[in-house]
Amino acid sequence: MDEMDTRRRNPEESPGSPEIAGKQSPSGEEKQAAIKINELWKIYAANDIDLDVEDEDLIKSLDESEESVVAVRDVSLEVNPGEVFIIMGLSGSGKSTLIRCLLRLVEPSNGQVVINGYDVTAMNKKELTEFRRHQVAMVFQHYGLLPHKSVVENVAFGLKLQGVPKEERRKRAMEALKTVGLEKWANYYPTSLSGGMRQRVGIARALVVESPVLLMDEPFSGLDPLIRREMQDELVRLQEEMHKTIFFVTHDLDEAMRLGDRMAVMRSGSIVQIGKPAEIFANPADDYVARFVQDKRDGIRKADEQMEKFAQARAQSEKVVD
Amino acid sequence: MFPSAWEYHIAPQINDAVRWLLQEYGAAFDKFSNGLLKLLLSIQGMLQFVPWWGYVLIIAVLSWVAVKKIVPVVVLSLMPVIIGVFGLWGLAVETLAIVITSVVLALVIGIPLGILMAEVKIFDMIFRPILDAMQTMPSFVYLIPAMMLFGLGKVPAIIATLIYAAPPVMRLTSLGIQLVPKPAQEAARAYGATRWQLLTEVRIPLAMPSILAGVNQTTMMALAMVVIASMIGARGLGQEVLLAINRIDVGRGFEAGLGIVIMAIVIDRITQGMAKKWDPQKRA
Repeated sequence: MDEMDTRRRNPEESPGSPEIAGKQSPSGEEKQAAIKINELWKIYAANDIDLDVEDEDLIKSLDESEESVVAVRDVSLEVNPGEVFIIMGLSGSGKSTLIRCLLRLVEPSNGQVVINGYDVTAMNKKELTEFRRHQVAMVFQHYGLLPHKSVVENVAFGLKLQGVPKEERRKRAMEALKTVGLEKWANYYPTSLSGGMRQRVGIARALVVESPVLLMDEPFSGLDPLIRREMQDELVRLQEEMHKTIFFVTHDLDEAMRLGDRMAVMRSGSIVQIGKPAEIFANPADDYVARFVQDKRDGIRKADEQMEKFAQARAQSEKVVD
Repeated sequence: MFPSAWEYHIAPQINDAVRWLLQEYGAAFDKFSNGLLKLLLSIQGMLQFVPWWGYVLIIAVLSWVAVKKIVPVVVLSLMPVIIGVFGLWGLAVETLAIVITSVVLALVIGIPLGILMAEVKIFDMIFRPILDAMQTMPSFVYLIPAMMLFGLGKVPAIIATLIYAAPPVMRLTSLGIQLVPKPAQEAARAYGATRWQLLTEVRIPLAMPSILAGVNQTTMMALAMVVIASMIGARGLGQEVLLAINRIDVGRGFEAGLGIVIMAIVIDRITQGMAKKWDPQKRA
C-alpha cells in the first residue's frame, strides 16, 4: 500500500506512463490534491458556440434556450488523496457529466481538471489514452461489460488494452476476481450473472489496473436494496486495504453518508454545498439541500417514535409482570 | 408525344467510352479476367472433386453444428440428392462455384467498406446513395457493363453477381457497428482503448450477428443473380431455366428452379444457424 501512496505523490515515477510525465502542473510541489477541478463548465449546445463563461448574458440565454443545456456550471473542488468523495444530486443535476469530464469521456467546454498532478484537460489524444489506462479506473451504473467476453476476460480487459501478456493478465484478473468473490464464475459470460455479480465484475475490472483513482458513477443504483447494502459494505472493506482516491456519484443520501469522507451536493450543474456528510445533514446550506436530507430525517424520526413506543410497551408489560 | 426535336442520346458517347477503355486498357482487363477465371476454375475443380455423398456428409456436419436438431439435419443433407436425381448435378456444381467465388469477393470487398462506412462519416455519405441506387436498379442492368468490359462468359457473370450481392453485407456491417450499445463502448474508452482497439475489441465483435446476417443476405442475392447471369453465358442451373423459358418447357424449368431453391434453402439454413450461434446474448 505504501507503494501506491508514493506513486500518487510522484506521478512521474508511475510505471508505464512516461509520455504524460511532462504534464505535471506547477503546483505539484506542495501537498497535492488527488483531483483538482478548476472552474469546469460543460455546455451542450445545438451549434458550436464561442464560449465565454464570463459573459453572463450568454450563459443566461443558453439557460433559456431549449437547444442547449448547461450540464456543469463553474464547478471547482478538490479531492484529497485516499479520500472517498461523494457527488450527490438528483438525476439531471449534471453529476454524471461531471464524472465523465474527469477523464474526458465528455469533453469539458471550459476549465481545468488536474488528477495526481496530470493536467487532464491539456492532454493530447495519446497522453489521454495512457492516462486512462494507468491513472484512473471507472465503474459504471450500466456495468459496461462486454457480452462477448467471459468474466475473466472482462476483468482483464484494461490490462489487454495496456498490452500486458496473456498469462499475466489472466493471473491478475483471477486475483481480482477472488477479491470480489467471483473466482468460480471466471469462465461464464456476463449474461448469466445477476446485477450484483455483474457489478462485482465491473469493480474487479477497475481494481485490476491498480490505478490510484477510482471513478464510480452510481455503481450500486441499479441494484436491489439488500445487494446494494452488501456492495457498499464490501467497498468500505476494500477501501480499508486500498486507500484509493474514490470519486463516487450517487443520488442516495444513505449511500453518501455510509461511504463518504466528504461530499458535494449538485443542483442544475452547480455545487451547492461541500462538506462532511454529517455536517451537510445537520446544516443544509439551502432549501434544495434541506429537502434532500428531509426524507432521511423523517425516516429517523419515525424510527425514533417506533423505538419509543416499543420501549413504552415493554415497560408496561414489565409492570404487568411485576 | 414528347417533341422529337428534343431527343438527345448519350448512348454513342458511352459506347465510345467503353471502346476507348477497351482499347487503352484491354490488356489489363484481360489479365484481370484471366485471374478471376483461374480463381473460379480452381474453386470449381475442388467442388467437382468432391463426390455427391461428400456433399451430403458436409451438409450434415455443417447443419448439425448450426442447428443441432436431428430432423432438419436429415432433411437438409438429403436435399441435394433431389438435384442429382433430376440429372442436374453437374450444372448445380457449376452454379455453386460461381456463387462461392462472387460471395467470397463480395465479402472481401463489402465488409471492409461497411466498416469504413461506420467509422468515417464521409464514406457513409458517399456510399449510402450509391447502395440505394444499386439496390433499386433492376438486376438485369448489371449485366450490361459487366458484359461490355468482359464480354460473355463466367467472368462477367461473377462481376455482375458480385456487384449485385455486395450491398447487403456492406449495409448490415455498417448498421451493426453503428448499433453497438454505447455503454460497452464508453467503458472501453474509459479504460484507454484506442480507436483501433475499440473497433477490433468491441465494435466488430458486437456487430457480428448483424454482419453474419449480411453474409447470409449476400449469399441469397448471389444465388438469385447467378440465374439471371446465365443470360450472358454463366451456364449452370440458370442456363437450364433460360432454355426452358425459350422452349416453353414448363417441366424442365420447374426441375431447374427447384434445384436452385434447394441450394438456397440449404445455404440459408446453415448460414443463419451459424449467425445465431455467434450472438453473444445467447451464449451461456
